[in-house]
Order: sequence, then structure tokens, then C-alpha cells
Amino acid sequence: MELLLAVTVGWLYACGLYLLLRRTLAQVVIGLALLTNGTNLLIFTAAGLVRGEPPLIGGGETALRAGTADPLPQAMILTAIVIGFAIQAFAMVLAYRVYRSVGSDDIDALTTTEPPPPPVKVQAEEADG
Amino acid sequence: MSLLLALPVVLPLAAAVAGMLTLGRPRWQAPIGLAGSGALLAAAAALLAWTWREGIHVLEVGGWPAPFGIVLVADMLSAVMVTVTGAVGLAATVYSFRVVDDGRLRAGYYAFIQVLLMGVSGAFLAGDIFNLYVWFEVMLMASFVLLVIGGERPQFEAGMKYVALNLVGSVMFLSGIGLLYGATGTLNMADLAVRVAADSAEARYATVVAMLFLVAFGLKAAVFPLYSWLPASYHVAPAPVAALFAGLLTKVGVYALLRVFTLIFTQDAGYTRELLFWISAATMVSGVLGAAAQQDMKRILSFHIISQIGYMTMGLALATPLALGGALFYMVHNIIAKTNLFFIAGVVRRLRGSYELRELGGLARAHPWLAATFFVSAMSLAGVPPLSGFFAKFIMVRAAIETREYAAAGVMLGVGLLTLFSMVKIWTEAFLKPAPAGAVSEGVVGAPSWVPVLAFAALAIAMGVGAEWWWRPMAMAGEQLFDRQGYIDAVLGGAR
Repeated sequence: MELLLAVTVGWLYACGLYLLLRRTLAQVVIGLALLTNGTNLLIFTAAGLVRGEPPLIGGGETALRAGTADPLPQAMILTAIVIGFAIQAFAMVLAYRVYRSVGSDDIDALTTTEPPPPPVKVQAEEADG
Repeated sequence: MSLLLALPVVLPLAAAVAGMLTLGRPRWQAPIGLAGSGALLAAAAALLAWTWREGIHVLEVGGWPAPFGIVLVADMLSAVMVTVTGAVGLAATVYSFRVVDDGRLRAGYYAFIQVLLMGVSGAFLAGDIFNLYVWFEVMLMASFVLLVIGGERPQFEAGMKYVALNLVGSVMFLSGIGLLYGATGTLNMADLAVRVAADSAEARYATVVAMLFLVAFGLKAAVFPLYSWLPASYHVAPAPVAALFAGLLTKVGVYALLRVFTLIFTQDAGYTRELLFWISAATMVSGVLGAAAQQDMKRILSFHIISQIGYMTMGLALATPLALGGALFYMVHNIIAKTNLFFIAGVVRRLRGSYELRELGGLARAHPWLAATFFVSAMSLAGVPPLSGFFAKFIMVRAAIETREYAAAGVMLGVGLLTLFSMVKIWTEAFLKPAPAGAVSEGVVGAPSWVPVLAFAALAIAMGVGAEWWWRPMAMAGEQLFDRQGYIDAVLGGAR
């Protein structure tokens, strides 16, 4: 089971990175989603998998039995899912607004903020003088 | 009394909630923001004084003892950084008073500044690594919103790049946390320090995780190969937001590097320090060269953020008490000078309607006070005595010479000269040369903008003239960072 999950995590990271490197905004957003979900699975796998032993202390016992599941990674993943979801929602809306204002889904069209963008007006002046 | 540790997080949270609940009443927003920032500064100053007198403090949130429960820890590094956060937050809030339009107010501008301050303070005080991640995300989400609030096309484009790259950094950070937890079974930083040092068989594994953290924090701190998002995004934000980002956000990354590489990952120090050394040198040089190539005032300043980060991580690479204290001194000096330069750039923009150097000019004659404050901040950044930057660089160079890293000292001095060059470029172009014809459109700048500018210029002078006095808490922080056992005992010792 660990092996299967490990391969899944690696596959999600690979697909996520591949999509991040694409030129389409929508693919970048999906890539980010795959990466965050891969990370959640990674935490789950790295902390060790236990089947059928919930972390509950039974009546009359004072401590957890050996080999029970560790609840902490699950709490961590829960937090990470909430944060990841919020950011993905934000990124989707942002990508939509970028698409609306730029009129293109192509990342190479996002050039207005890049360092040296000589303004067209100034270029024309230089050509004249 | 130890509840004082929670106040830097709770006060901005209260102000943010109050701001969100009164979104329909724009007139209430600024006073609420002011109250939140002011209260944060007061609480942080009290915390700093308390830590200065009595050493490292620990608050066990929820009453669980240290390795199991969540802790907030304040040593001198945290206390100094939280205090500076309060000062920058207050200055940015005051500066925003007449700048922010009604649309931004209704979108919760001041409330999101409070959320940002909460995230930054929380990150500085977090005693376990997962909470550090959570505070990072709180801070990042607030910064995403502040960057795109206002809704102009460049803001969306910059925001997209900023969000995507920061999310990649967060994924790396979280992966590192997962692997570290899988290997050691703990999240508490002091406990991690003990276990990573003890598990010599796992030291190699810990180095792998350390590299994940180095990339994640390096991305947030904008070090050499990972900084491309910064000059592509910071300059689109309105001046007070850019100042806040420039002052605080990258420094949280530096703080995390300082904390993690002095406390936890000391098992393979030779390797990580060598790597940090080259990264720092490359960061300094490439940042300052990038700045020299720009013609836009805000872009020059953005590239300088990167260059200055290199000095701070160099302190970590040298890793002596003097160098670590020097890195903190440098960080405080840089926050003061850099924030003020962005404030001044905003004032210039409102006076003349542009950040482009070729469209500016004649400001020294028309606005001598503005010129004076810019001169103080810029020369401080470049390291001209007797301003704060001189002593910051002096301490760093001295630390480099003491450890016989003469190459580091040389790079620091050379980059200082190049910094001076690009600051002089802004000075001559924007302030000294006669104003280009037809470019003068005098805007109005109110007192709320002048007060933070003058206050921060005064701080830059005070930090230079009274360097001895300012150095004492920083030196103490350096000693505390170097002596990791003190931190471990304070957190795990249980007894307050």
C-alpha cells in the first residue's frame, strides 16, 4: 500500500509540474491543485499507514495501544486541505479575471509587468529623434 | 503575563474582524486599522522589553507541555522582528490614510493589512514548524488580496505570477514538513533540533529535507535563482502596500532560514553553509546588477530588495554570534530604509504622476524635505556613515574578516558601491536634473504621508548615530541563535 501511494504521489507531482510549465493559465491552476493534493498524500504516506486501529483509548485503559494510527498527520492534512482549497479558489478566480482583462489564456501574453517593457510612446519618440 | 506572547497575534486578528464586520462603513476602516497597528506595536514593544530583561519566553497554548502541544516562543530575534513589524504596520496604515480610494476601502483594505500583520507576527513567534507553515499561508493569502485589490490589469497579471510561484514554495515547505515528521515524529522545533542531532543515521535524510526547506524559504526570501517573481509583481501594488511587502514579506523568509538553519539543521553545517555562501554572494551581485539596468524608480527599489537579502543570508552562512546578530541588525536597518524608500517613491508618484526616471526631475529644488528624506534613506541603504547601513555593513564585513572569508567581505563592499551607484542614479535623475518640459503635474501630499516618511528617516539616522545602543539587543539575539541549547532548554525544560 505504501508503494502504491508513493507512486501516486510521484505521479501527481510529475503531472502537476508538467502542467505548471504549460502556457495555458487553466492548466497552471490545475497543476497547482495536483501539487497540493500530492503533498497531502505525501504527508499521509510519510507518517506511516495503519489499517483498522483508530487512535481511541478504550474503557479501562490508560494509554493508546501500540500500533494505533497517528492522528497528527491527519490533523495536519486537514489544515493543509483547507488552506490549499482557499488558495486554489483564489487562483481560479484570479485566472478568470486575468483572462477577462487580457483577453487571452496564454501566459506569454502577460507581459505588461515584466521588467524592461519600453512604453510604445517613448519608443516612437526615440525613433523620431 | 505570558499571555503577552499571544497579543501580537490576537490584536491584529481582533482589528481584522472588526474591520470585516464594518465593511459597509468606509469611515470606520482607517481608525480600526490604526487601533490595530498601534496596539500591535505597543504589545510588541512590551514583549521586547520583557524578553530583554528575562530571556526566552514560552507560551504553551492550550496548556499542553512543549513537545506535544503548540507553543509560541519569543527570543530576542522574534521579539525584535515583531516590534519592527508593528512599526512598519503602523507607518503603512498612517501612510494609507488619504491614498486609499473608496473601492479599496470597501474591499477591506485595512482589514487585510491587519491579517497580513497577524500572519507575519505569528510566523515570528511560532514554536513549531507546522504553525510556521500556517502563519506563512495566512500572510500569503492577505498579500495576494492586497496585491490585486483595486483591480487593474497589471495587478492581475502580477498577482497570477506571485500566487503561482508562492504556491510552489508552499508545496515544497509542506512536503519538507511531511518528510521531517515521518522521520522524527515531532513538529516542535526545539524537539526537532534534539532529534535531528541525535539521529546520526538520519542526518543524511535530514539534509535532503533541509534542501527542500532551503528552496521553499529561499523562494519566499527571493534569493538568487528563485527571485524572478519579485521584480515582476511588487511594483504594481500601491505605494503603501509595496512598502509593507518590501519591508516584511521577504524578511519572513529570511527569518525562517535563520531559525531553521541555526536551530534544526546543524547536522551537516559545512555543506549547508557553503551552499548558503554562494547563494548569498550570487543574490547580492545579481540583485544589484538588475537594479542598475532599470529606469523605473519602483523597479530599481524592487531589485535592491533582492540584493540586500544576500547580506542577511550571508550572516547565516558565516554563522558566528557576531554574523548572526549582524544579520538581524542588517534586517532591521533594511526594513526601515527600504520601507521608507517605497513610501518616498509613492510621494514622488503623487507629486509628478510617474515612477519613470526620465519623466522626473527637479524635485530637490521643489521639495527639499522630500529630497532630504530620500537622501538619508538611500545613503543609509548604500552604507554611508554615519547612517544605519554603514554599521550594518561594518558588522557584516567584520564578521566575514574574523572568519577569514575575505571573498565575502570583498563582495559585500563591492555590492555596497554598486548600491551607491544606483541610488545616486535615482538622486541625480529624479531630484537634481531639471524637470523635463511639460511633465510637471503637482499633486497634493497630505500630512499622513509625511509623518511616516519623516519618522523612518529619523529612525535611520538614530540607528546610525546610536548604533551602539541598537546593537545590544541584536548582539544578544546573535548569542541566543548561536547557543541553540538555550532555546531547546527554554522550550522543552517545561518550567517557565
